[in-house]
Amino acid sequence: MLQRLAAVVDRLWGPLLRLLSASLEQLGAHIMLLWNVVRWALRPPYRLSVLLEAMVFIGVESLPIVLLISLFVGAVFALQLSSALRTFQAEAFTGATVGLALTRELAPVFTSIVVAARAGAGMATELGSMRITEQIDALATMAVNPVQYLVVPRVIGGILMVPLLAMVFNCIGMVGAYIVAVGMQNVDRGIFMENARWLLDPNDITQGMIKAVIFGLALTLIACQQGYNASGGAKGVGVATTRAVVGSFVTILVLDYFLTDIWLTFFSKNIQN
Amino acid sequence: MPWKPEVNEDISQRSDEWHVRIRGINKTFGTHHVLRGIDLDIARGKINVIIGGSGQGKSVIMKHLMGLLKPDAGSIFVDGEDIVPLNDVGLNRVRKQFGMLFQYAALFDSLTVEENIVFALVEHGDPTTPERYADGRRRPPRRYSRSELHDIALEQLDKLALPRVLLRKFPAELSGGQRKRVGLARALVMKPRILLYDEPTTGLDPVSTKNVDDMIRSVSREHGVTSVIISHDMASTFRIGDRVSALYNGRIIESGPPDELRKSNHKWLREFIATSGAVHMDPVAEADLIDEPLVTAGAPP
Repeated sequence: MLQRLAAVVDRLWGPLLRLLSASLEQLGAHIMLLWNVVRWALRPPYRLSVLLEAMVFIGVESLPIVLLISLFVGAVFALQLSSALRTFQAEAFTGATVGLALTRELAPVFTSIVVAARAGAGMATELGSMRITEQIDALATMAVNPVQYLVVPRVIGGILMVPLLAMVFNCIGMVGAYIVAVGMQNVDRGIFMENARWLLDPNDITQGMIKAVIFGLALTLIACQQGYNASGGAKGVGVATTRAVVGSFVTILVLDYFLTDIWLTFFSKNIQN
Repeated sequence: MPWKPEVNEDISQRSDEWHVRIRGINKTFGTHHVLRGIDLDIARGKINVIIGGSGQGKSVIMKHLMGLLKPDAGSIFVDGEDIVPLNDVGLNRVRKQFGMLFQYAALFDSLTVEENIVFALVEHGDPTTPERYADGRRRPPRRYSRSELHDIALEQLDKLALPRVLLRKFPAELSGGQRKRVGLARALVMKPRILLYDEPTTGLDPVSTKNVDDMIRSVSREHGVTSVIISHDMASTFRIGDRVSALYNGRIIESGPPDELRKSNHKWLREFIATSGAVHMDPVAEADLIDEPLVTAGAPP
């Protein structure tokens, strides 16, 4: 009887415990990598050209897609809001609401998701194939620390470039919102701008930028961790890339909730002020 | 008789005869007990070949030699210094004495042949720079100019009989043999004292195999480096090896000059060498044969 009960418990809890154990293992591996990144980032040599390459890959090459997406996100948000707010004759607040949503949430989250899908996947694939073809071992045999050479520039590149891209997202998103609200939904131009200026606060932009920095760190760390530890040939590289992208998306959204909660609890000013 | 290291010998002293000395290395990956007490001596300035079947742990030994893997137990002495307890910084110092040619060359895909060859020089500067000034202060290595690096890359290509037009090409545009030569040029550029070759002739046609063998021999003789080759190419092994060690069941079962290995009474080794058809074994009485079954991976030692 006891044995049967143990078997049932094992059947129910076994997969859950295995999932929990695997998740904790992954978390531990990411923390270890972060620790190594910090350690090796502080030690010479400082490879500026490798960092610039990573910044170009993560930031400059992601710019066209960020521009395109931000324009349409701003536009569609303005379209939805102006139509919804018109019900309450409050369409004048379209600019303010879009601005608030962009700076606090949409810009950091969408930018990070775009960067994770494009640059994160690219990094995981590149590092994964370097691992499979022993290029990472080759670096180590030449007395070059692979974490310092491959991971540190990518993580710093992510931390620097994602907030910059999020800032661009804010600006272009507002342009998209302006075109739709003022140009197509007949919201008054002056009121659109004035309300946006009234409701938006530097605090909102700070919140968005801090989120973007943390998301930039998270997505590059996840991509590098997955690629760096890839195994099992071409299939392993594919698995690493999938895990990097899915893991980044989930982490960004989960972190977003907690960061917002922390911000609203400790740092937020009353909107009416 | 199977090879055994000398006991009661102080291996923590630099020896003129032996460059690297391994004692009691054990390594387990999950449930796979790959190395089960490896004892191995690498002769200084000679071509040392480690032979063994697929999945026996030859590459694992190689990675231990450079500190890419840490053993679960045991010691690895390089010039009398145990590298097992060293941290990353200490290992990087030791690794500067090593060069490695990987099985598929492991050239950096995103760099040109020239950039691959001079990569270590760009990272570490001139390896011949003295470590300290006359007053004892640490001296940073001399940095090469672009034109110097270009000249060094050209010189390396010439040495290894590679056409100069390859300089601007990427690894994906090279043949297997060319990649290996470029990989060797990259390994040689830092003037290593120990060169490791991971199955250097795998996937090459007989002519390219002979060329690679000649290249290894000439590099060993001209530069006076200690060479360690892992291989299961018997013809190649017996053609160039000064000392051959056989790995079986996670242990070194025989180690010595090639002629000594021909006299081995280990049944598996005799079959392993003879099956290649390239090398003939000396006759041994059936009663003297040691028949040790292959332990499946994962079984306890």
